[in-house]
Amino acid sequence: MKKNILLTAVVLGLACALPFLLSNYRTFQLTLVLVYAIALLGLNILTGYSGQISLGHGAFYALGAYCTAILMAKAGVPYWATLPVAAAVCFIAGFLFGLPALRLEGLYLALATFALGVAMPQLLKYHHLEQWTGGVQGIVIQKPDAPFGLPLNPDRWLYFFTLAVAIVMFLLARNLLRGRIGRALIAIRDQHVAAEAMGVHGALYKSAAFGVSALYTGVAGALGAIAVQFVAPDSFNIFLSLVLLVGIVVGGLASISGALYGAFFIQFIPNIADEISKAAPWAIFGVFMIGFVYLMPTGVAGAIRLLTAKRRSA
Amino acid sequence: MLLEANNLTAGYGQTRVLHGVDFAIEKGSITALLGANGAGKTTTLRALCGMVKTGGEIRFEGRRIDRAATEDIVRLGVAHVPDGRGTFLTLSVEENLRLGAYSRRDRQAVGEDLERVLGYFPVLRERRRQQAGTLSGGEQQMLAVSRGLMLKPKLMLLDEPSFGLAPLLVRELFSILRAIREREGVSMMLVEQNAAMALELADHAYLIETGRVVLQGSSKELKSNDAVRRSYLGY
Amino acid sequence: MEALLHQLMAGFATGGIYASLALALVMIYQATHLVNFAQGEMAMFSTYLAWSLINAGMPYWLAFVLTVAISFLIGVFIERVVIRPVESAPVLAVVTVFIALLVILNSLAGWIYTYTIKSFPSPFPPGMALGRFMSPHEVGAIGVTLVVLAALYAFFRFTPLGLAMRAAAQNPASSRLVGIRVGWMLALGWGLAAAVGAVAGMMVAPIVYLDPNMMGGILLYAFAAALLGGIDSPMGAVIGGFVVGVLENVLGAFVIGNELKLSVALVLIIGVLLVRPSGFFGKVHVTRV
Repeated sequence: MKKNILLTAVVLGLACALPFLLSNYRTFQLTLVLVYAIALLGLNILTGYSGQISLGHGAFYALGAYCTAILMAKAGVPYWATLPVAAAVCFIAGFLFGLPALRLEGLYLALATFALGVAMPQLLKYHHLEQWTGGVQGIVIQKPDAPFGLPLNPDRWLYFFTLAVAIVMFLLARNLLRGRIGRALIAIRDQHVAAEAMGVHGALYKSAAFGVSALYTGVAGALGAIAVQFVAPDSFNIFLSLVLLVGIVVGGLASISGALYGAFFIQFIPNIADEISKAAPWAIFGVFMIGFVYLMPTGVAGAIRLLTAKRRSA
Repeated sequence: MLLEANNLTAGYGQTRVLHGVDFAIEKGSITALLGANGAGKTTTLRALCGMVKTGGEIRFEGRRIDRAATEDIVRLGVAHVPDGRGTFLTLSVEENLRLGAYSRRDRQAVGEDLERVLGYFPVLRERRRQQAGTLSGGEQQMLAVSRGLMLKPKLMLLDEPSFGLAPLLVRELFSILRAIREREGVSMMLVEQNAAMALELADHAYLIETGRVVLQGSSKELKSNDAVRRSYLGY
Repeated sequence: MEALLHQLMAGFATGGIYASLALALVMIYQATHLVNFAQGEMAMFSTYLAWSLINAGMPYWLAFVLTVAISFLIGVFIERVVIRPVESAPVLAVVTVFIALLVILNSLAGWIYTYTIKSFPSPFPPGMALGRFMSPHEVGAIGVTLVVLAALYAFFRFTPLGLAMRAAAQNPASSRLVGIRVGWMLALGWGLAAAVGAVAGMMVAPIVYLDPNMMGGILLYAFAAALLGGIDSPMGAVIGGFVVGVLENVLGAFVIGNELKLSVALVLIIGVLLVRPSGFFGKVHVTRV
């Protein structure tokens, strides 16, 4: 227990120090890592803990991003106030999408969410919604300055803001998942008939799980929009959903720390892949994906768990 | 010796079910494998067919088959009639039978064999175009045995053929099995919980308890054995 | 009225393509209980292969046959080398591998052939047009689709190998007991699915133009079709394909406009899954408690 606290403190300390040691661009990249980590946490709540596959979570990321962009650009709402709105909207959307999800198992849910992921850009480009969504061109938003005249440039401020939100969301998730609700979800995932017989209302939990997972991914989308300063329909195509899925597979299912490892992977590996092959970076990405599934099926988090368990018993 | 097993061990995952079993099947004989639920009878048949991880030695016609794949063992002439019958439920009766002959090289003879096999089980002839899943339990059992016969096997392994069948049907099935042995010269190994019926049919028998052979001999010997009579024959 | 008839016919033509792809999906699902998310990209890649051959001067039909044959082999290869190692892994791992395949194929195509849209020839002469209702290609596409479907039906129904494949898909354990090499049956199934996908790709390319992302929407329609018909029913997939094709065209032209056509697929998929998950021709699965 003490070891964990020490480790967390060290990591946090490092996290706080990094923006002052690295360039603005790297800080921006780290901000995106945090954004992806929150998104992956959301997806993990659904897939890792509830055992439901989603190939369309990019749609909720897009929803959160567009909420923020529209509120900031069209209604002048301050960036931090858009987060709760994005959270609420995405929770409701997720819950509603999740309601039919009670009936669907594994592959069927994957299909339905895949459809959602593929259809999203088209929905966003719909010309009747153009006056809000900005159509194909999307919406541009301003990067916020540090408040109260703090001596931080916008990139660093945004990093710390995102870090704060991320910490809050991670703590919330941890309490949620380690408590009764988490156990209920795992019970539903592993043996849903038995869980029902014991009075765990699978239907409600599953929909709520979907809602919460959408909420997390939506908040991530909102933060991502602020960081990137831009939303456009084609940035939220099916590949985003697939990338998120890869993130949790690589990071490790049913693992909170896995979200962080996965986030590092999806932020930096495409860059590395790009350097290996300018022309077909995604192909390299795909090869990495297959490699992970074959060699490290429980993800990085799982592998670390195995290693530490071995060391402890040795 | 058609088939010999030496120090056969087998199990599922971490659990060991067979702890070193020895037995032999003579050509042209019917051998029974008796024992209670969970003793390891089904596992033994599965081991012979390469369906579970095994240790020890199995020789079929002198050749070692303990490391061979199921599909290859089948091609050597071993037909396995599994517990639960293993019927291809959505295919027709005739398709099930033709599948039994899938691995055979002599395609011409398959047609004749089909008729001959249906001769043993006329009720199947009536139902040959019917979907196999609509057959009754007894009919599916006959289908399973017929499918095994379509292989033109040297050895037929039958796993609990009497399971779920009315006594009259079992008697009928077993007399057909006897006829098959006479006319086709097929050797058989029969796994049965119904010890009484099995001992009527078989020449030799082995008794397995918790993964070990505890008794063996001719069926006459086993029938008159006191322990067997009390525990397995009920008198 | 004429416009409606034209949309119906066009819908029928694209429906045949959805039917073919849906059939490929169902074939793999029946054998493995997995949905091949990469089916569309495999078809796209095959179509690019055909394009290369035609561009190099090969006559259309020769390129067609060669592409189908090569796609068959690629399908077998993918099953044996990429899918087999993860056959018994948890669903998520397998889905990830499929996705990886999708991504790799898409990216490779973009790299080798660039993202510029290319035109793909139609082999059907203008004389084949059905008046004003159907273009020669539409007529030809339906014809080819029907031939392929009939050939597949005959193969599975009347040949010993087809029987063995059906058996292996249904009951792998019993299949081994009659000497069927189940692994190779799976590979064969993938090969056939890939071949069918290649035909679908080559039939649809003249209509939507060749580009690495051309199959995304089509795959979605194929999914919808497969679900509508019943994910484990080949006949259902075919009928579903034609229904989806007609619905897409008619709704797109007269009701919701072409922009939201993909959403039609989305709504259809969700609708089917809600109302009748086993589709119209599939078997209702009762899970034993």
